[in-house]
Amino acid sequence: MDITTLAALNGNIATVGYGLAAIGPGIGVGIVVGKAIEGISRQPELQGRLTTQMFIGIAFTEALALIGIATGFIFA
Amino acid sequence: MERALLHHAFTQISMAAGDGGFHAPSLDEFFPPIVLFAGTPFALNRIMLIRLLVMVLLVLFVAVATRSLKVVPTRGSSIVEFPFNFVRNSIAYETLGERDGRRYLPLLTTIFLVTLGMNLTSVIPFLNIAGTSVIGLPLLMAVISWIAFIYAGLKKHPGAFIRNSLFPPGVPWPLYIIVTPIEFFSTFILRPVTLTLRLTMNMLVGHLLLVLFFSATWFFFFQQGPNGFTLFGIGTLVFGFAFTLFELFVAALQAYIFTLLTAVYLQLSLAEEH
Repeated sequence: MDITTLAALNGNIATVGYGLAAIGPGIGVGIVVGKAIEGISRQPELQGRLTTQMFIGIAFTEALALIGIATGFIFA
Repeated sequence: MERALLHHAFTQISMAAGDGGFHAPSLDEFFPPIVLFAGTPFALNRIMLIRLLVMVLLVLFVAVATRSLKVVPTRGSSIVEFPFNFVRNSIAYETLGERDGRRYLPLLTTIFLVTLGMNLTSVIPFLNIAGTSVIGLPLLMAVISWIAFIYAGLKKHPGAFIRNSLFPPGVPWPLYIIVTPIEFFSTFILRPVTLTLRLTMNMLVGHLLLVLFFSATWFFFFQQGPNGFTLFGIGTLVFGFAFTLFELFVAALQAYIFTLLTAVYLQLSLAEEH
């Protein structure tokens, strides 16, 4: 028995890649939405404009996670 | 066409049930066999047929929606007019203002309706895949949006548009060595690329998730013998339906975001500092 090998991994490690890629954008989207809600609760009359800005912010942040999905397929 | 679609659905099910093991969905989902005009440049597979179907339905929808316009809308027409109102008030006027908003409204409405229609097929039974889940259509619309914001900038500020977008005013000149490549990359390359990827990947991943849930349900219920794991099938079935609703939400949200970002890019091109 090979005692120097304590742990072994079969298959392709690229499958973990998206999990890692989702950490940053996950936190980012959380901050964007949280701050938007904070802003709305301070100034409810700005809700329409803040929601628009929030979605733009989400769209930019989320793009990173989606690029993570794409690279998983490209380099798998 | 109906027959081809049904046939495809059945072959997928029978493929899934082919041998004992569980088959995870793969990218092959998005390159189904060609059903019509094989061998010619107009070869149509299932996704292309869905796109054509959506196109016909959209033309019919717009034709019906604009057939009998009244100042005081009836209940039916106010439902049909809802997307038009939404794009005009919440996207065009909100970001571009009344004057520019009205000018670019046809473009924005078209983008919204096409994206929404193509996205919605991802949750419609027997169609089950979004017309936007293969990169061609999102790429085409991103290129249209790219041309539109460059055209808008060049038209409004001829001469100053390219200069100001590559050399933003108010930056000390040595910094242009760093700023100019970044600005060029982010404005003229990254914008259409992210527009395309955002839409395609959202639809692609949504479809893969749904296939995963429902094929797992099939596997747990029918392929392996009845044992403790069969109960997992109930869970995957419930989650499959929950994510179908989520996909419905994502389809509408992505149509909104694509249109909104196009409007924002137009607004940035038209802004006064150019």
